[in-house]
Amino acid sequence: MDNFLGQFGPATVGGLAIGSIYALVALGYTMVYGVLRLINFAHSEVFTIGGFAAVGVFLMVGVSAPVGGFALIGLLLLTVLVAMAASGGTALLLEQVAYRPLRKHGSSRLAALISAIGASLFLQELIKLVIIPHVFGQSNGAIQLQNMPRVIDKTPLFSIGNAPIRLDHVIIVVAAVIMMVLLDRLVNGTRVGRGIRATAQDPEAAVLMGVNIDKVVRTTFLLGGAMAGVAGVLYLLYFENLDYRVGFVVGIKAFTAAVLGGIGNLRGALLGGFVLGLVESWSSIFLGAEWSEVTAFVVLVLVLMFRPTGILGESLQRARA
Amino acid sequence: MAALRPKITRLTGVLATGMALSLALAGCAGNSSDGGGGTGGNASSIKIGFMGDLTGENSGIVIPPLNGAILAFEEYNAKNPKVKIDFNKDLHYDSQGKSDIAPNLVTKAISQDKVTGLIGPAFSGESKSVGKQLDENKIPSVSPSATNPGLAQNGWKYWHRVVANDNDQGPGIADFMMRAKSPKKVLVVSDDQEYSIGLAEALAKAFKDKGTTVETDKFSKDSPNYNPTANKATAFQPDLIAFGGYYAQGGKLLKQLRDAGVKAPFVTGDGSLDAGLVSGAGAQNAEGAVIGCPCKIPFGSVTGPLKDFKDKYKARFNTDPQIYAAEGYDAATAFIKAVEAGKTSGDDINEFLKTLSFEGVSKPIKFKDNGEPQANSIFVYQVKAGQIGLLGDSTQAKLEG
Repeated sequence: MDNFLGQFGPATVGGLAIGSIYALVALGYTMVYGVLRLINFAHSEVFTIGGFAAVGVFLMVGVSAPVGGFALIGLLLLTVLVAMAASGGTALLLEQVAYRPLRKHGSSRLAALISAIGASLFLQELIKLVIIPHVFGQSNGAIQLQNMPRVIDKTPLFSIGNAPIRLDHVIIVVAAVIMMVLLDRLVNGTRVGRGIRATAQDPEAAVLMGVNIDKVVRTTFLLGGAMAGVAGVLYLLYFENLDYRVGFVVGIKAFTAAVLGGIGNLRGALLGGFVLGLVESWSSIFLGAEWSEVTAFVVLVLVLMFRPTGILGESLQRARA
Repeated sequence: MAALRPKITRLTGVLATGMALSLALAGCAGNSSDGGGGTGGNASSIKIGFMGDLTGENSGIVIPPLNGAILAFEEYNAKNPKVKIDFNKDLHYDSQGKSDIAPNLVTKAISQDKVTGLIGPAFSGESKSVGKQLDENKIPSVSPSATNPGLAQNGWKYWHRVVANDNDQGPGIADFMMRAKSPKKVLVVSDDQEYSIGLAEALAKAFKDKGTTVETDKFSKDSPNYNPTANKATAFQPDLIAFGGYYAQGGKLLKQLRDAGVKAPFVTGDGSLDAGLVSGAGAQNAEGAVIGCPCKIPFGSVTGPLKDFKDKYKARFNTDPQIYAAEGYDAATAFIKAVEAGKTSGDDINEFLKTLSFEGVSKPIKFKDNGEPQANSIFVYQVKAGQIGLLGDSTQAKLEG
């Protein structure tokens, strides 16, 4: 029991942090699914690119020691903007190259799915064979980026119970929630958002009502990509570690979070991310870290057995108009 | 009648293929008898392959032994021997260290490239997955770096290695740490790879035998998040954390442990003996970490044959020999000795390896009946100011700082 109490606090903090990252990535899956009924498997690489863009910024600015105060806020804002641009741009390009031609030809959803998997593998190899050796100059088989700069101080700020809270924990959770609220406002409160919801609800009717579907799809990919870019920055701050495959595991978890919360549902993605992060973290206390994935998926299966549409269930197209 | 025609075409196709096959087989048979004779003139050569993770995330452990072997074979071939050894690039099989890729590559090595012997596989998981296959095809193998103890217990007749196994490594490291730090509580951590589990079990057993309280944890290799392990350490408050695993995971683990405020000393094994451990964890986090290894890396100034080797290696590859380079050189030398003695078939070479005994660069090389090396020295290293330095033989070395 001591063992459990000793680990519960830190496990909760860690679970919320990783859950925030899952949630941000899950948004991209859920939005694209809501609008196109397509699972964008290459979204995990969109996330990875955000992380690499962030390292690029850190190296270019020349961060060698942890920064604090306004310098840190400025640096993070810059990094987040660059990462959002890089990831959003990648997502747009993906849509243009890998999905739009298929959509225009009215091919089956299965074809789009294969195209998504292909795009995912292509981007992974691109990162491995081009970006890491040529952009970051690490060609000697170093697939993992070496000597990652430390940007924020990782000594605990304060403790809640026996759980030390670090600055990166705070930044990750706060940033994720802010992004989530912004996105929620955008989708539920603006003209662009109304277009997205209309398309999700009934694409044909939306066209008849004057919605430009291509524009809506582009916006969806851009927004989802930008969220993944933010997630990439947060991941980097948290783990200070990147390789060409980081997106794979995070992507699968995020997709799971999206399904858990109710795919197509933005708030569901947030909830699903936190639930998944916490379940993983808590289950490790009892069963050891190697079982965290098993437990996470058992929870997913259980939830889907009783609520086949996920925890919140309500999907994007049925969200309040 | 029309319906019959396709069948006839198919039949001729089958016949043609069959003939082509038997021709090809005849060709092969001819080749191997040439090679087997060994007296067939200057042009004859045999092929030795190499297998391991050549481009993956743990390739830092595999490229040095490959280079060591290249060096040995180049020296040998430069002497213009009667039977040359072909060790060209196409025979370097990149298994990525994966058990599911290795068997296909072994099939290719045997049936297409017709290798006579194999250096590797580098890791234990892949060695386990191909041992039987190599045995059935009578291909002698010498691994420079696979250290799982179980490999020697499969009854494989053609399998050898030139490093001590984890059963030696575990107690060697544990003995050393007990003398240096006398810990009461030890947390033994590993990921879910074959090598990691083997080493962690050996470490846990060795520390238990010394009377310490041992807690264990295991994480999944592909998960980025090792915080659950760090949380366990926070709660258990060990005096020492022992990690079984490769540097790619070790660096991340060490970083996340230190970030979580866990200050206990960190000790790990050969898979993490790479600068990647330091750069992965960050120099500050890695400071003081202890690494044990059955390998001997000529860090700093060395003397005798080890110095010769270091100089030659540096001249050829423009870098100092890293982990298992010396062992790769010794594994290659074992094959060279066999060929020099006129053995050119898999069977003959394998028989010869049973009696082989020579002073290798890393240690005296002599194989036991099960393929294990006779000498089982463990060496310890420590990270100081961001650099890994050799402390010495684990039975004599002293920890600094």
